[in-house]
Amino acid sequence: MSGIEKIQVVVTNIVRLNELVTRFEFKRTDGKLLPTFSGGAHTVVEMQDGEITRLNPYSLMSDPMCQRAYAISVRRDDEGRGGSLFMHNKVSVGDNMVISYPINLFSLDLRAKKHLFIAGGIGITPFLAQIKQLDRFNGYWNLHYSCRSESLGSYVDELTDQHPNETHVYYDDKDQQIDLVKLLEGQPLGTHVYVCGPKGMIDWVCNTASKEGWPREAIHYEEFLAPKPGKPFEVKLAVSGKVIQVGEQESLLEAIEREGIDAPYLCRGGACGQCETAVIDYAGNFIHRDHWLGEDEHKSGQKIMPCVSRFEGKILVLDR
Amino acid sequence: MTIQFNDETFRDDYSFFNSERAIKRFPFPFHEDSYMYSVNMEQHRGGPVDSIYEKRFDVDEHYVAEMRDRALVLADDPLRCQSLPHMTLAGWDLLELIMVTKSEDYPDLFKLHRDGNKWRWVNKPLGIDDKFVFLDETTLPYGPMEYITRQAQGDFCVLDQRDDNLWMDAGMVTTQADWSLDFDIGMNFFEWHAPVPLAHEKGIFVRALKFLLNIQQGAPARRLNWTMTVNPLLDTSPENYHKWGIQKTTLTPKNIGAKQHLRVELQTFFRLPRSNGLVFPIRCYLCSFQDIMTVPKWGRRLHRVIRDLPEELATYKGFIDNRPMMLEYLKNFDDGLPTSLGIWPEIDTEPKLQK
Ligand code: HEM
Ligand code: FES
Repeated sequence: MSGIEKIQVVVTNIVRLNELVTRFEFKRTDGKLLPTFSGGAHTVVEMQDGEITRLNPYSLMSDPMCQRAYAISVRRDDEGRGGSLFMHNKVSVGDNMVISYPINLFSLDLRAKKHLFIAGGIGITPFLAQIKQLDRFNGYWNLHYSCRSESLGSYVDELTDQHPNETHVYYDDKDQQIDLVKLLEGQPLGTHVYVCGPKGMIDWVCNTASKEGWPREAIHYEEFLAPKPGKPFEVKLAVSGKVIQVGEQESLLEAIEREGIDAPYLCRGGACGQCETAVIDYAGNFIHRDHWLGEDEHKSGQKIMPCVSRFEGKILVLDR
Repeated sequence: MTIQFNDETFRDDYSFFNSERAIKRFPFPFHEDSYMYSVNMEQHRGGPVDSIYEKRFDVDEHYVAEMRDRALVLADDPLRCQSLPHMTLAGWDLLELIMVTKSEDYPDLFKLHRDGNKWRWVNKPLGIDDKFVFLDETTLPYGPMEYITRQAQGDFCVLDQRDDNLWMDAGMVTTQADWSLDFDIGMNFFEWHAPVPLAHEKGIFVRALKFLLNIQQGAPARRLNWTMTVNPLLDTSPENYHKWGIQKTTLTPKNIGAKQHLRVELQTFFRLPRSNGLVFPIRCYLCSFQDIMTVPKWGRRLHRVIRDLPEELATYKGFIDNRPMMLEYLKNFDDGLPTSLGIWPEIDTEPKLQK
């Protein structure tokens, strides 16, 4: 039972922001209002890509109070399995699509005296919604946003226009770097730090903040892994009594769903823990890519997160 | 269905009563002849017509009297309603959830008119017609959570979700089974459940929390819980234990059928969209033993459950001393015939009492 409510939407606007990033806007097909949400929430977009159904999570970046339309921004990933390419190349204004209700795995801690946002590249999107939410209630925030170059700086203009004092932008090609230690040391008591961006950046911020003595509860991060392609493999599903093949371009979770089995998930990015599946038997090697299971669990050979992790070997039997 | 609201009390003269309709829709909590704690959660997506599961927030004949009782409790002890400063947005979420669902589910009782942030709320049973600005506390007589929960049956815990846990950071708690919001405020899921016997060892709370953290917008869940109360008291709080604890000793073989009540809580869980909090309404239903015995299946089953209940549970639920007297009474309604699975009364298909 995946238990996620779906919404039928129509694509009402597509805006190309730069070479890599495009924004998509959705309204409900039935003309009714969309649910409100909280800043940091994502939606899972269903894509009918030929034979394959892809379900990719994208942060909602529109105003959480606005119920007329949702917006997401998608970064094209030429090496990925094609979800972002599908959005960029195959989706047009007027298309009907199915998205999930908002799901928030990266919400604001509303107790914070100050919210310090650190974004890398497309990791800016959840903060756009959080900033709109905080502005509405006079929340106190600062943003430090690192982009590759001026031409790839999605939403930089909008942010610096509307929030010149809160927004700080750093360009890689100009060798500008966030002076993280100094930044963290200068924060008032009760500040929470939030980071969203590439894995390296998340680790850097989390580790530095811990070393600087920040409490674990005051450090928040969100990283969606996109499932990576890999060698095909065979899986036996013990509960449903099926033997299925996982193709090169699909995830284990997608292969299970393709067989009509309703498996649980929320983030589809190795973060939420919802898809955790017990391994009954195996001979071979796991390619664990999630950040839900601990190192011990990865080594134990007893669990796998099928949304992002794969397997290479002869036998894999799952409790599903 | 139009509802006739009872003129009744839950204190002093205890004029509380259940109509025949209320007995038939009473949420009898045992789906089989025995009971143990379990992760008994299911989706809250309606149920049989006129059952307490049908609507998202059940409104019944006790509504007006319960709201009167809540106002009395609050006048005595304002700490029954608390909301930490960061929970105001969740309070608005709750107000919106209740107003929207009640006006949709009971259009003849409740009306909500929205023009942007200018809202008008009409509550006919309580004679309320208020205009206010959504998200502006200064336009309501109380904070948003207190305002709406003075108009909604059952207790409400409003939980903040952070650090993979739930925190009891706000609530309106006046009809509770012997626990205190003032004591639990600010605690997390494991801390406030600490007094519960056996369930921790069985891993129930770890699994239950995992389920709750993943409850999504638009996909509420529910479960039933139960205990025993002597006299139809809503407010069985630790704060007032000195008043109601002694009433347990007034039970006699003669008055037990009328005085002893099975107390059932319909607990529901809704994700709150704007705050990402979770609300946990705990709706209390009371039914006297003698009213329960009018349903033969329930009579047979209640005897078996109470007889076989582990001592730890009977102690925690506070009726271990009265259990022998209860069994003396209940055994008269158990003829040993088998019972059908499920909680529904099945008056037409289950055999009459063979005694
Ligand atoms: C966030 C939602 C919940 C809240 C706010 C909540 C709150 C409470 C409180 C305040 C108590 C009384 C503890 C005491 O003696 O002081 C309690 C008891 C208990 N809770 Fe929860 N609870 C929640 C969810 C759950 C869930 C999902 C389960 C699922 C198994 C559960 C199982 C129990 C059990 C078995 C008891 C003992 C009840 C009895 O025997 O009468 N709770 N809960
Ligand atoms: S679906 Fe979230 S970890 Fe797999």
